[in-house]
Amino acid sequence: MNLPYYVTPEQITKDKADFARKGISRGRSVIVMQCQEGILLVAQNGSKSLHKVAEIYDRIAFAAVGKYNEFESLRQAGVRFADLRGYTYARSDVNARSLANAYAQTMGSIFTEAAKPLEVEIVVAEVGDSLDEDQIYVLSFDGSVADKRGYLAIGGAAEDLNTSLAAKWNTELDLSEAVQLAVTSLRKNVSNDGSEGQGFDESELEVALLERKLPRRKFRRILANELTSLIAG
Amino acid sequence: MSGGGDSQGSIGLTGAFTQPGVSSFVEFSNSLDSSLVTFGAEPPVSVSGGSRGSLDNIDVPHGTTIVATKFAGGVVMAGDRRATSGHLISQRDIEKVFASDDYSLIGIAGAAGIALELVRLFQVELEHYEKMEGAPLSLDGKASRLSALLRSNLAMAMHGLAVVPLFAGVESLPVDSDNATEGQIYSYDVTGGRYEERDFHAIGSGSSFARGSLKKLYDPASSESVAATTCIEALYDAADDDSATGGPDMTRRIFPIITVVDANGTRFLNDGEVGDLVEQVVNRRYELPDGPRATLQGGSNS
Repeated sequence: MNLPYYVTPEQITKDKADFARKGISRGRSVIVMQCQEGILLVAQNGSKSLHKVAEIYDRIAFAAVGKYNEFESLRQAGVRFADLRGYTYARSDVNARSLANAYAQTMGSIFTEAAKPLEVEIVVAEVGDSLDEDQIYVLSFDGSVADKRGYLAIGGAAEDLNTSLAAKWNTELDLSEAVQLAVTSLRKNVSNDGSEGQGFDESELEVALLERKLPRRKFRRILANELTSLIAG
Repeated sequence: MSGGGDSQGSIGLTGAFTQPGVSSFVEFSNSLDSSLVTFGAEPPVSVSGGSRGSLDNIDVPHGTTIVATKFAGGVVMAGDRRATSGHLISQRDIEKVFASDDYSLIGIAGAAGIALELVRLFQVELEHYEKMEGAPLSLDGKASRLSALLRSNLAMAMHGLAVVPLFAGVESLPVDSDNATEGQIYSYDVTGGRYEERDFHAIGSGSSFARGSLKKLYDPASSESVAATTCIEALYDAADDDSATGGPDMTRRIFPIITVVDANGTRFLNDGEVGDLVEQVVNRRYELPDGPRATLQGGSNS
């Protein structure tokens, strides 16, 4: 190895991680939360067509924060991975764990090999027949995976949001209560922050549900009218 | 190809997985350099030589008759339950009509194994597009994809393993749309030729008899249950004159599969609903074995 300058691996990793964290912290947050009806995904998203929350497969959803082009590419890869699995074997053989593993390896190798790390954080959620069978995986820019129970927030305000969710979340929440908790947490955070003025409009929310009782494809978007009535309780 | 889905883990989601601008599952899987999707593969070279392959002599199960007719707001599609291998009945409860997605139906006739694979691939193709793009294909777009898939099976068709689908659906409109839906029916030939049918169509071995029956009975302004009864009558007539089409099996209670697509999506009539309609048709046939009689205008048909 005759590199002109020697930079320690620790330094390279740290620089890349700082860079990625900075990018992610600029993004608005996404909340993923278990409730009686299924797994709720709420994103603060000004765009109607560029989604942060999406369907991957029958029971599996995807949520992301960070650079749109980067997580959109990961989402599409996930849909391809899942559809190929399901077509090759059976629909029931597609699960969030194998998808999370594939993402972890991909993101991990990009982090170590590419000059620029991904500036994204993603969540892969799989709804089960009961609350106990739900699976939620969160993946970071460096490919590290964690599985979570209950609730989690990713994005710029993740830490604050996680704190405020921790105080209120419990296993008994129904859909309406879960939506209210997610929305008030996001609102509170925005007004603490101050940078976004007095909260945000409901139309800026992108909300979807992996609904337990749906027959096959369990992912559905919760649109304006339904959202308004859920928030009203 | 090495190890199918397992190879994805080790190489990660790169290459074809992150290729931009590809929303087709078939195009994606073909670019994987894999043998996972075998539909449309070239048939094995004939061992007996000559221009016609040895596949000609294989008796594989064949699906028989599918009918479809429009009603006010949608389409009813129905299929008999028989599969034949040569002169044998290879299955008496096969299902040959499927929902290809939430707003379309596909029925199949021809070599059953290849036909079922076509249906499965088509279902994945439509759902894959919808997820990749965040919006479903138009009805014409779906019909056109089916054309292309069918065309890729031409080599097999020339060896005698032909598949012909019947496709029907409604345009999937946004939830809050007030526009009324209208059903569409598309028929195909083995080369992938696509033809939009006006009011009704039938495919498969009993199709000529079924089509004659539908022609006298269809009513595009009728209700869903009238259209379902029309389909049962047509299948009964097909089974009456075509040995490969199965009639309603009253002893085993195996009845035609009857599906509906309209603005509310696709729906399979359950055994109870179909059983009731079939019993009515069969009971009427005790009085009129040839089915309902048409009255000629100004004639003396009575």
